Amino acid sequence: MSEIVENRMNTKPNEDLKIRIDRPWSWKRFFFQWEWLLVIVLLLVILINSLLSPYFLSLNTFISTPATFLDKAFIVFPMMFVIMLGRIDISVASTVAVSAVIMAVSYNMGLPMPLAILLCLITGSLGGAINGLLMVKFKELSFVIITLSTMIIYRGIAYILLGDQASGGFPKWFSFLGWGSILGVPFIVICFIITAVIFGLLLHKTSFGRIVSGMGFNKMTCEYSGIKVNRVTMIVFTLAGLMSGVTAVFLTSRMGSTRPNVAMGYELEVIAMVALGGVSTSGGVGRIAGPILAVYIIGYLSYGMGLANLQAPVVLVVIGLLLIFSVLAIRIRFSVSRKNSAV
Amino acid sequence: MAEKILELKHISKSFPGVKALDEVHFDLMPGEIHGLMGENGAGKSTFIKIITGVHSHDTGEMFINGNLVSFANPMEAQEMGLAAIYQHVTCYPDLTVAENIYMGHEKIKRYSKRIDWNKMFSEAQELLDQLGANFDSHERMGNLSVARQQIVEIAKALSTRAKIIIMDEPTAALTQHESSELYRITEGLRDDGVSIIFISHRIEDIFRLADRVTVFRDSRFIGCWPMEEITQDKLIVAMVGREIIQMFPKRKVPIGEKVLSVENLTRIGYFRNVSLDLHKGEILALTGLVGAGRTEVCESIYGINPSDEGIITFDDHEIVIDSPVTALDAGIGFLPEDRQKQGLILDWEIGKNITLPSLSSFSRYNWLDEGGERLASGQLADKLNVKAGNIFTRASTLSGGNQQKVVVAKILTRNLKVIILDEPTKGVDIKAKTAIYEIIGDLVEQGYGIILISSEMPEVMGMSDRIVVMKEGHVTALLDTSKCTQEEILNAAMVVKTPRTDAAVSEAREG
Repeated sequence: MSEIVENRMNTKPNEDLKIRIDRPWSWKRFFFQWEWLLVIVLLLVILINSLLSPYFLSLNTFISTPATFLDKAFIVFPMMFVIMLGRIDISVASTVAVSAVIMAVSYNMGLPMPLAILLCLITGSLGGAINGLLMVKFKELSFVIITLSTMIIYRGIAYILLGDQASGGFPKWFSFLGWGSILGVPFIVICFIITAVIFGLLLHKTSFGRIVSGMGFNKMTCEYSGIKVNRVTMIVFTLAGLMSGVTAVFLTSRMGSTRPNVAMGYELEVIAMVALGGVSTSGGVGRIAGPILAVYIIGYLSYGMGLANLQAPVVLVVIGLLLIFSVLAIRIRFSVSRKNSAV
Repeated sequence: MAEKILELKHISKSFPGVKALDEVHFDLMPGEIHGLMGENGAGKSTFIKIITGVHSHDTGEMFINGNLVSFANPMEAQEMGLAAIYQHVTCYPDLTVAENIYMGHEKIKRYSKRIDWNKMFSEAQELLDQLGANFDSHERMGNLSVARQQIVEIAKALSTRAKIIIMDEPTAALTQHESSELYRITEGLRDDGVSIIFISHRIEDIFRLADRVTVFRDSRFIGCWPMEEITQDKLIVAMVGREIIQMFPKRKVPIGEKVLSVENLTRIGYFRNVSLDLHKGEILALTGLVGAGRTEVCESIYGINPSDEGIITFDDHEIVIDSPVTALDAGIGFLPEDRQKQGLILDWEIGKNITLPSLSSFSRYNWLDEGGERLASGQLADKLNVKAGNIFTRASTLSGGNQQKVVVAKILTRNLKVIILDEPTKGVDIKAKTAIYEIIGDLVEQGYGIILISSEMPEVMGMSDRIVVMKEGHVTALLDTSKCTQEEILNAAMVVKTPRTDAAVSEAREG
């Protein structure tokens, strides 16, 4: 029967099938999606912000402001994959620090800047690959313990390399990455959009994305179905490391220098964005639009509260509340959709 | 004659799509050991769960000491003096023996409401001494052997002052010596006036211990005999029955050349020196009791848990299989026993499930051809007659039989020569069963070689060409289906000590 698979190109879509293969359109399914709720929340945030501050509502807010909060957003996409696998990587912020420090130190030791950037990305990928390798080789260790250990280790390496100092003095063009813009659109925003498109296609249009979701739902079935589960785990964690390297580049460019204690707490913010984006921490469920909206919601929230002169701790409280709300809302959504599918 | 302590009349129980118990009777005298036997799936486990209040029965009546009772939960059953000891000991390995014994009914100090440790340990010790156990109640549960854990479970039953103790295959994991120790304890309990329901697959257990034996088959009550009135052979016949070979659409398919052969496959601790071969168009049944190592052998052939020693030859080439990836690439497919945990992604729709093993043939540079995917999965679902509106139906909403068809469809997306089916009809209703047999018939007609793991005797007899019987990790018999009887198979699965090979089969193969 496997000739069905081989000859599928020659077969015309026939109507003889007893089972339907076209997806029936349903308004309920279309509007009953988490992302619509996020859109409403985003609009609410924008509305409140513009009430709080007369300066908020302007074209600038929508084009250039994101450049202030998008640095960590690059990690959101691979973190989404990690969480869809049913795991969490809390070492990403430390990976950012160690990559940034290695870039700065190697540049100041005479390495040309482009190569230093490349080294930064390689360091990040390596950090992620080590996480993946540990996870695949030592299945009895929990992912929390593994990434907690590497979180401490990577941060420690950053301190060993640089001490408690800052390192900078990068060439002028380097600051373009974080501050420059093309046709009025900040370079970092353009990069974010490109990354979002790439990861969106990867998740929804490739077999790799399909498998990531499948492994999150039921890893054992994937193993029995001949999926190279270890390889997928390795790739996902390596991607998390690589994108941490990307974040390190943009963060360093924006700050002009780097220190071993940069990006403190990024991992939690990133995980919060992914969770708010409707990605289930038990694995499997997730669509690309959710985390993107979540990045903007949390970004504008902190930005707007800054405009209103609210202190940073208040912002944290609000983000925490938002997260609890989102988890509760997801539960309600699931119980409703269960009822629907049971009918 | 003494009053019956427990009596069940006309007990029936259905689960969705399956009739688990059909008008079953049972009775138990005070101070009696009553054996309960039946093949896998005969309804023994459901029966116990009804007695102990885990399930409630649909129809029928249950009496304890002549009073009509019905239990809403296991607590109520416990209060009435019932206790069950399960096949797989369910304990807390990190706690002490005494804590395990009194789990849920700890000794509490009267006024302070704190746990009375001294009393608990000393009373636990008394129970253990009473059972003749020579270990301490302070011992950590996880340090004990299975046999000793079993004794702790019995002590636990006694600590609730149980008058009726149900033992579900207590000797399955015990050595000969440990079994005789258990016999002694069981008889001691009987002499103290406790009634015991003793479930076992080992005929020797029943003849050694029981006063009477009750046999279930196909969810029905077959009979109840005092031990002195029944012989070993009669007991086996009662368990097997003699019918329904006709429902199997076994087709005459010419047997082709050898496609898979396994020599001296060994996985330490699971099975040893297993050899078998499989031809094109042949159905080779692999049978034996649960725990005989059938699934483990096939999981090694499929690469889930690679074997430690042994040679696998496929299509005249010796191959090394270290993962399902290599097995599938070579041409060996596997339908796992637990379709919900190992076969399907329940949250996914049918279509995505079907194409999971062959995503690479539906994508170019990882880019999915979703149209081709939908068409192929639709055609396969159609061919196998999956009952669903469209291929976007979630797998979790399908019935057991339809879920199984989806798992079969998954395997068929690959280019295979050998398919291993592990209990393909487990937990599906009779109609779906017949449909699955039809599918198996189609497959051998197309030249697949099939290994069918099955515990159901009629299925083995009705579908296979040859039968490999396993017991405790060894192959105990290789039989030609057309020339053997069910008694021979059961004998090899339960009684035979030394491996033997049916001479007629090897002659037929050589000739």
